[in-house]
Amino acid sequence: MDMQVNDAVGQTATAGHAIKMRGEKVSVHYGEKQALFDVDHIVHDREVTALIGPSGCGKSTYIRCLNRMNDTIPICRVSGRITLDETDVYDPSVDVVELRARVGMVFQKPNPFPKSIFENVAYGPRIHGIAAGKSELDEIVTTSLQKAGLWDEVKDRLDEPGTGLSGGQQQRLCIARAIAVSPEVILMDEPCSALDPIATAKVEELIDELRENYAIVIVTHSMQQAARVSQRTAFFHLGHLVEEGRTDHIFTNPHDQRTQDYITGRFG
Amino acid sequence: MTSVFLLVLVGLFIIAFIAGRMRAASVTGGNLHELHSRPTYHGGYLAIWTVIPAIVVLTLFSVLYPMIEDRIVLTRFADAVAQFNLPEREAFIRDARALAFGGIVSFTDETKLAAAELYKSMHMAGIVVLALALAALAAGGFYYGWTRIAPKMRARHVVERVIMVALIACSAVAILTTIGIVLSLIFESIRFFQKVPLFEFLFGLQWSPQTALRADQVASEGTFGAVPLFAGTALITFIAIAVAGPIGLFSAIYLSDYAAPKFRAVAKPMLEILAGVPTVVYGFFAALTVAPFFRGFGENIGLSVSSESALAAGVVMGIMIIPFVSSLSDDVINAVPQSLRDGSYAMGATKAETIRKVILPAALPGIVSALILAISRAVGETMIVVMAAGLAANLTINPLEAVTTVTVQIVTLLVGDQEFDSAKTLAAFALGLVLFVVTLALNIFAQRVVQRYREQYE
Repeated sequence: MDMQVNDAVGQTATAGHAIKMRGEKVSVHYGEKQALFDVDHIVHDREVTALIGPSGCGKSTYIRCLNRMNDTIPICRVSGRITLDETDVYDPSVDVVELRARVGMVFQKPNPFPKSIFENVAYGPRIHGIAAGKSELDEIVTTSLQKAGLWDEVKDRLDEPGTGLSGGQQQRLCIARAIAVSPEVILMDEPCSALDPIATAKVEELIDELRENYAIVIVTHSMQQAARVSQRTAFFHLGHLVEEGRTDHIFTNPHDQRTQDYITGRFG
Repeated sequence: MTSVFLLVLVGLFIIAFIAGRMRAASVTGGNLHELHSRPTYHGGYLAIWTVIPAIVVLTLFSVLYPMIEDRIVLTRFADAVAQFNLPEREAFIRDARALAFGGIVSFTDETKLAAAELYKSMHMAGIVVLALALAALAAGGFYYGWTRIAPKMRARHVVERVIMVALIACSAVAILTTIGIVLSLIFESIRFFQKVPLFEFLFGLQWSPQTALRADQVASEGTFGAVPLFAGTALITFIAIAVAGPIGLFSAIYLSDYAAPKFRAVAKPMLEILAGVPTVVYGFFAALTVAPFFRGFGENIGLSVSSESALAAGVVMGIMIIPFVSSLSDDVINAVPQSLRDGSYAMGATKAETIRKVILPAALPGIVSALILAISRAVGETMIVVMAAGLAANLTINPLEAVTTVTVQIVTLLVGDQEFDSAKTLAAFALGLVLFVVTLALNIFAQRVVQRYREQYE
């Protein structure tokens, strides 16, 4: 195929972190149109994996396969195999609700629920019955907000609506909401595209901290962002995974001409 | 005659329009891009100048000239008319006009024939004068417009302003009509409250509006305590909402979040057809099918159900307003952004959890306003209750008894021969005013709620 593994060494070098998720020959069709072609891709635990590529290249489609968010689109068909800790997530025995509790997601546009800040974070623990009592729930909300770096800004107004926060705060609230259910993987679909540079810097800082505990997959349009926050990068083009490897390799020494052209800004 | 003039003016409009376009093309010598406005606007400009002034004059003439004619006739025959009172004077003019222009004449005499002659001659003169005036205006307007057409002339601005004025006029018709209706309601109600104290009307417990129409009739003095009507209306509305609220809301939830798009595309219009069924059809459905069913069912389990029960009317009215609730709720539930659903699903929430904890709270204001609109619809509904709820003004909260509503009483007060200054007839206006105020308040409240809801996402 047209995928090139440019660093067999790189894969083993970072293999100190176990493989968390693996996509094998993942293809996606929207009705008649094929959006993704035989993608083979690996997500390592406790690392940030960036997915880059021009608009419409399939990177958002791919990330939405990882927690089966594409299930909500009726015309979408996924083939191939995606595993989480060696379990096929598309296996009929897998409960999608459970899967999404383990693989959380943060979206392009901050989408806090029209509820209080507290209720936004408490939503996941409540529906999964994670917290045993009120004090434990308080505890979870507090630590989630602390991990998301939002605690100091909102601790005095937890009962104000989450929609009243600024865009960057809303996005960090969504991240807090995602980590409140203690997922293993966090998917981020262009989490900073609606944010200003200062809010973006804060979210990137946060991503770097979260790497200690979670596997993170991030779709981004900004190559600088990919270079700043990720350890591994995958380059998608026209539905194909063109090249994948350690971020420093991809950005300094790409193998494929298309990758070279994209990261030097010749197209995209 | 006016219609002939109008027809001619319409013809002139088309001609002037075409002429204006050609003129615009010719003044530029074919270089159309030199024009400030497109040739169509020049056509419109010329047509407006040709026809609008003439139409204004024609309208004024048709309204004012008959009055002037009458005034002239009355002064000319002042001696003969002097001993007439007002109705007689009006009859005189009516007969004279009928003699002149055709119609039914009560009786003829010398003066009337003379007056008719005068009408005829004035009419002829009027038409000639009008025709000349219109021709002059049209020609003058056409000439003025024709000379004004030039590449730099801003015809578009003029045409657009005229169109805007026309649009304002159209909306003014709707607004003025509403104001007129409200004012007439208010003035007639004031007349009613001069006969029956406001306090008695709003808080009296006895409704029996039968009054003597003539002095020699034997009838009791009517009492106008409207509380039984308000209570009956409230009872039936409550039953209707108790039926339509859950059914409408749940079908909206099914349509928006569970149904496949294909099913939704069919089912939603079908539900909305319910709203298109004439209320009189619901009415006999209620009176002939539902009410006997309830009565029979009640008898079987040992309850006495009146054959015209609030329950039957309320249930059928509830079915009638289901589409209001379901269609509006479906719209607001659909307006909840997909991103909120995604956010909830991505947390591992199930569909039911997402709907219960995220979508319904977010859509609640819209759902509330849908319910309020349905209530205001139910309060004002007439036909079903006329046919199924009965006329007895019982003050009861038992849904198995017959009750009556505000709308039913308005109908019965005004049906048949009436005198328009008795308390009985005027009571209809007072009831109408109450109804109007209640539905207006409900609609305003619903609108407020919707506005607050919109701000949440935009």
